[in-house]
This record gives sequence, structure tokens and C-alpha cells, in this order.
Amino acid sequence: MIQLDQLTKVYGHGAGATTVLDHLDFEIAAGEIFAVVGPSGAGKSTLAQTVSLLERPTSGRVVVNGADLTALGERELRAARRRIGTIFQSDGLFSRRTAAQNVALPLEFLGVTPGERRTRVAELLERVGLSAKAGHYPHQLSGGQRQRVGIARALALRPSVLLADEATSGLDPASTASIVGLLKELRDELGLSILFITHEMDTVVQLADAVARLDHGRIAESGRLLDLLRDPASVLGTLLRPPQPGVPAAPGELAIDVSYTGEVAGDWLARVSRAVGADLHVLGARIEQVHGETVGTARLAAPAELRGRLLPLLAAAGLSAHPVGSDAAPALEVVA
Amino acid sequence: MSAAVGALPAQNVPLPEIPALVVPALGETLLMVGITMAIVVLVGVPLGALVFNLAPGGLFPHRVAHTALSWVISIGRSLPFLILMAAIIPFTRLITGTNIGIPAAVVPMSIAGIAFFTRIVENSLRSVPGDRARVAIASGASPVQVIRSAQLAEAVPSIVGGLTINTIAMIEYSAIAGTIGAGGIGYVAVTYGYQRFDHAVMLTTIVILVATVALVQLTGDRLVRRLTPSARDRRAAARGPVSA
Ligand SMILES: Nc1ncnc2c1ncn2[C@@H]1O[C@H](COP(=O)(O)OP(=O)(O)OP(=O)(O)O)[C@@H](O)[C@H]1O
Ligand SMILES: [Mg+2]
Repeated sequence: MIQLDQLTKVYGHGAGATTVLDHLDFEIAAGEIFAVVGPSGAGKSTLAQTVSLLERPTSGRVVVNGADLTALGERELRAARRRIGTIFQSDGLFSRRTAAQNVALPLEFLGVTPGERRTRVAELLERVGLSAKAGHYPHQLSGGQRQRVGIARALALRPSVLLADEATSGLDPASTASIVGLLKELRDELGLSILFITHEMDTVVQLADAVARLDHGRIAESGRLLDLLRDPASVLGTLLRPPQPGVPAAPGELAIDVSYTGEVAGDWLARVSRAVGADLHVLGARIEQVHGETVGTARLAAPAELRGRLLPLLAAAGLSAHPVGSDAAPALEVVA
Repeated sequence: MSAAVGALPAQNVPLPEIPALVVPALGETLLMVGITMAIVVLVGVPLGALVFNLAPGGLFPHRVAHTALSWVISIGRSLPFLILMAAIIPFTRLITGTNIGIPAAVVPMSIAGIAFFTRIVENSLRSVPGDRARVAIASGASPVQVIRSAQLAEAVPSIVGGLTINTIAMIEYSAIAGTIGAGGIGYVAVTYGYQRFDHAVMLTTIVILVATVALVQLTGDRLVRRLTPSARDRRAAARGPVSA
């Protein structure tokens, strides 16, 4: 388990100081995958480095399994870091070591005997599906394979927390999917808490239990993935949902974004149409499975004068509804 | 080594006697350079790692210590060897008790070599991607382990390449040291070739120096390739499959 408590990182001093992380608070339970997304420069990498204390936080605490890392001296910190596995975007493999020797690195640092080291490394490479590549050097591996070696290395000391900073960025969709699958399996088997930092929204939807959006060093929005996906008013939900193709509403018609999950019976459109006494048009829709649950979003069109009756009826049917153009709702992308 | 100084024959050395003159001299040169390079590596590698890690972004950045150390090295680097050698004679005598011969040559050569090599090591470490050190620290490495496995080990091919250049420079310096009585090929070249116009001896020393330098360069290049996994591959690929 990992808790951030008012975590703050300021670079520089005086007038030139920039606050990169601004009093962050969140918690990742054992067995939970927590994704952090955000634009370039939001402070994502700084967050990863501060959590493993590669960068000392300016203030606030990082608590891993109940131990406050910020209170530790260098030597104790070294021991505590062994509870945290880190996967780097650049894979960070040592170019003059084979895959097996790279995985063995944390074990060497710890002083594990060569015999035990061999057994453990073989186990780890087997786990990430790279037993056949044990003797290969990094330049002889594909990007996805290198990332797997990086994951095996991060797991070498049996950590309880895994930090992944852009672990799948730059990989092709197939490699990304296999890394995502591997991380999920590892979470299930080992009960890892995973902090998954990325800018790729589709990866988050495949993987995360909860998501936070980091912006200018603050958490602008956060929540359970499913809640965010079915909330049409959520900026983060909109970012996470792939752009939905559709057509614009006719003049005089009201466009309404709705979203729903599996609990809503599939004939909701017919039921609501009957209840309101008018045909609702579908301008665009997307229905998919996320973590085994159905998540649907749609943009509907209805005569504008029905607005007052339609919205309560949609709500009664269990859908979240949000008229397009009202307040600060983000407009869905409309392909004309 | 320089025992023959007082008993030089007035005329050119007969051709059959040239090997007897030049071979021991080559031995002296190799000994001088060998001892010097051992000292240079022993001191230069840790010193280079220290300078690198005292710099901003290093493991233990310290502005004052870094600037001071950097200055000392720069001074060592900027003095022409002949001047450095003359300037530190009191120091040389203090350490070795003499100011001629191989021991006396090794002191200034080591100082010049260490200054040179420290910069080479520092530069090689700078070319290692910084994420390696972060990986090591995140994997629980102590500072010494970071320096050894993430910095030096990754920079080995580059350091060996620099070592080659450094060794060749030291062969050159040994010839200069030879002129002040350190013996070796340089001494033979100056006393026989330059002062007595003995062209045969001169030519022999030139051939030997060129051959030695070429050999060092060749060995160094091969070593660098063998130490770089990706270069090893390219060579194997270039050679192609031996048979179907
Ligand atoms: N060592 C540093 N000194 C000063 N400022 C820094 C330092 N490291 C990062 N920053 C600043 O902190 C901000 C956040 O950087 P960070 O690398 O965490 O962003 P990021 O969210 O990971 O971006 P990206 O998606 O591009 O990787 C940037 O504005 C950057 O300039
Ligand atoms: Mg980043």
C-alpha cells in the first residue's frame, strides 16, 4: 500500500522557484492499479521520482506499507526502496549486460549469492516470458522485450509497490497490450499496488482501477475508472472515452449526451422514447466492455421543447444525461 | 639504461650492433610507459569518477570541491610536458631521490597522464545515459555500487578507447623524458640520431616508435570492439555466415 500525504516538490529557490507537485494526496491500496494522466510538463515524472525518493520531496510524506520514506536516512532508504520496484520509460537497461544480468542487478546490489541469483533470475525471466532471451543483450531485444526485462528487474526484490513511468509509451499496440496484460496478472498474483503513469488514455482504460488527472502539479480530478467513464460531465471521463463519431443535431433540436453502465437494461432508448411520447434520434453512440462491465455513451437528439420532461425520464431510467452546450460540459467530437 | 652515455663511439654504430642498442631501449620505453599507465589508471579512474560525481547532477555534487579539483587538473593538462617535467624536478627528487633515469621520468609522466586520463574518464562517464544511475539507485545500490556498475562499467569501452590515446601520448612523453636521461627509445634517437647524425639509428627508432604506436592503437581498437556488445554483433554480421 502506498499513501501520499501533502506531497510537494519545489525546484529552485526564491523568485525562480517552480512548484512542480503541489500538496498531492492519494492512496493506492494493495492490489490496486492507480493511473496518473496529465499533459506534458504536468509533473508526472517528478511524481514517480519523488515517490521513490530519487528526488527528495520539499514537504509532505510518502508512506509505503506504513513506513514514512521521507523520515529515513540514506542507508534505511536504500533498504526501503527495495520494497518499491520501478519501471522506467527508457527501460534503463545496462547495455553491456545480458537480459539475465540486467535482471540480476538488484540482487547483486543486495549481495544475494550467485546460486540464488541464478534461480531467481530464471524464475523472473520465465514469468515475463523471456527465458529464451536470457543471454541476449539489450540491443538484440525489441522495445517490448526490453520493457519486459525492465519489469522483471523491478520485481527482482519482491516489491509490494510498482512504479511505472510511461512504461508502454512508444510501444506498438500489440506490445502495449501484452505489457498491460502482464501488469494485471502480476497485480493479481502478487497483490502489488501499481502507480501507472502515462499520457495514453486507451492504456488507462484497459488497465486502471482508479485514475487521477494531474495538471500543474495538482490533482485536477480523480475517481474510479468506471465512475469517470459513465460521467458525461467529467473532463477526465471525456479524455478517457475515445472520441465518439457522430453527426450534428438538426436546427431546433436539443442534443443530449447520455452515459450508462451495465445495470441499465438494453432497451432504454425504446422505453424512454415511449415515455416521452416522441422518437429520440441517436446522433452517435459507443458501447464497450470495461473490466467486464458494459459502458455505453450516446448523443441523442430530441425536439428542444421536450427538454424539461426528457431529462428526468433519462435519469429515472438510470442514465446520466447532460444537454450539450449547457454549462462547462466538454463537447464530444462530432464528425460531420 | 643510460650506462653507455660516457662511452659513446665517435663514428656511426655498425648496422649489426643496432639491435643491441635499440632493443634494450625499447624495453626501457615499455617499462616506463607500463609503470606510468598502471599508476595513471589506478589514480585516474577514481579521480575521474570523483570529479564527475562532484559536478552538478552527480551523486554528491559539491561546487567548491569540484571547481578546485577541476582547476588543478586543468593546470596539469595545460602545461607542455617538457615544462611540467622541469618544473616539478624538486618534487620528483623528493619522491624518487633522483632526477634522472626511469624512476625520475615516471613521476612527471604519471602526473601529466593522470591529468589527461581524469578528463577522459570524466568525459566517458558523461556520455553514459543518466537513467542508468537512477535505475541503480532505485534498485537499492549504494553510491559505490552506482559508480562501479552504472557509471564505470557502462563507460568501459569509452574509457578503454581513451586509455589507448593516453598510452600513445605517454609513449610520446617517454621520448621527451628520454632527452633528460631517462633512457629508452627517445634517448637513443636524440643522442645517436640527432646529435650524431646517425641516420640508420634514427630510422630504426622511428620505425620502432611507429610500429609500437600502431600496435597499441590496434590492440585498443580491438579491445573496445570486444567490450561493446553491439559492436561485436556488427562484426559478426559483417563477416557473414561461415557456411550454409
Ligand atoms: N530538475 C529539475 N529542475 C527544475 N525543474 C524541473 C526539474 N525536473 C522537472 N522540472 C520541471 O517540472 C515540470 C514537470 O516535469 P515532469 O518531467 O515531471 O513532467 P511530465 O509530466 O513527466 O511531462 P512529460 O509528459 O513530458 O514527461 C516541468 O515544467 C519541468 O520543467
Ligand atoms: Mg515524464
